[in-house]
Amino acid sequence: MKYLFVLVVFLNLSCKSEKNDPVVLEVHDFAGIAPYLELKDSKTYVVNFWATWCAPCVKELPHFETLQANYKDSVEVILVSLDFPHQYETKLKPFIQKYNLKSKVVVLDDPDMNSWIPKVNPQWDGAIPVTIIYNESKRLFYSRTFTLRNWNWNLKHFFNNP
Amino acid sequence: MKTILSLLVLFTLVSFTPISTDLGYDIGDVATDFKLENIDGDFVSLSDFEQAKGFIVVFTCNTCPYAVLYEDRIEALNKKYTNKGYPVIAIMPNNVKTKPGDSMEAMQIRAKEKGFTFPYLMDADQSVYPQFGATKTPHIYILESTDRGPVVQYIGAIDDNYKDAALVKTKYVENAVDALLNGVTFEVHKTKAIGCSIKL
Repeated sequence: MKYLFVLVVFLNLSCKSEKNDPVVLEVHDFAGIAPYLELKDSKTYVVNFWATWCAPCVKELPHFETLQANYKDSVEVILVSLDFPHQYETKLKPFIQKYNLKSKVVVLDDPDMNSWIPKVNPQWDGAIPVTIIYNESKRLFYSRTFTLRNWNWNLKHFFNNP
Repeated sequence: MKTILSLLVLFTLVSFTPISTDLGYDIGDVATDFKLENIDGDFVSLSDFEQAKGFIVVFTCNTCPYAVLYEDRIEALNKKYTNKGYPVIAIMPNNVKTKPGDSMEAMQIRAKEKGFTFPYLMDADQSVYPQFGATKTPHIYILESTDRGPVVQYIGAIDDNYKDAALVKTKYVENAVDALLNGVTFEVHKTKAIGCSIKL
């Protein structure tokens, strides 16, 4: 497994006094992302594939953030960003800071898409956004954007009172 | 009576046909021709290309970063294969109200900037991409001209590295077209491509 931690060493050193919590990105190839799709504990996991330049993806992020805030202990939202490496500093990190994302963000950088798209889900045709919600007993794959209404409705599969 | 009977038959057929979420063409299906407006104002159909041995149909757009990363490679495919009988036909499937950056004018500007030599068509009423079953940009369909019509021979990605053309190991589209031109069978008829969902 190849872990590529992009550390903002320069930012870290120069701006330490101003920014108390600089964004550190966790960047992986697919082998590094795969474990997040197979976590086995009592939590419910929401894994969403997105990018800052994908308008429908950005539009549905608040639903995930709200869920994460409401279920701190029993839910973990994992936002898998497909932003391009040359935009980590200029787009992705500023986005995470601007919207103060509380959900965990990991970055997938693996251009051999045909090798990993079917591993995420055989039904996935490769268009983003997509979301997988799973826990010990259930696993659902959504190749669509959530509106607040269908998001809340779908959550009823996992929670009594989303 | 006849109408009622045929309705009954139709109903029976419909009710016993398994509902598939995978709408659109599969390998071996005959593609229906279309007539779409090109950036030069002309309308283009597959049947206009009488000499074509087939087509590289590319659903693409101006605004999707993945599509942009593939622009030069799409142009290169057209340069390489037009004279061999497999021209590129690019179709922009997005709703321009949702994506103003994909308007006809924007398509014209982009084509000029990049020097596109292939038709860049607008699926203005968004009726053609669902026939194909395209879901994203970029999304490739290779069609082979046959007596039955244009038969779908490949669906998916252009190659195996969206990020960097220099690091490509397998050129799916070129391999398929080369095999079709040489009249030999080939193995990879379907791949998965990452892309931006088509905007409604």
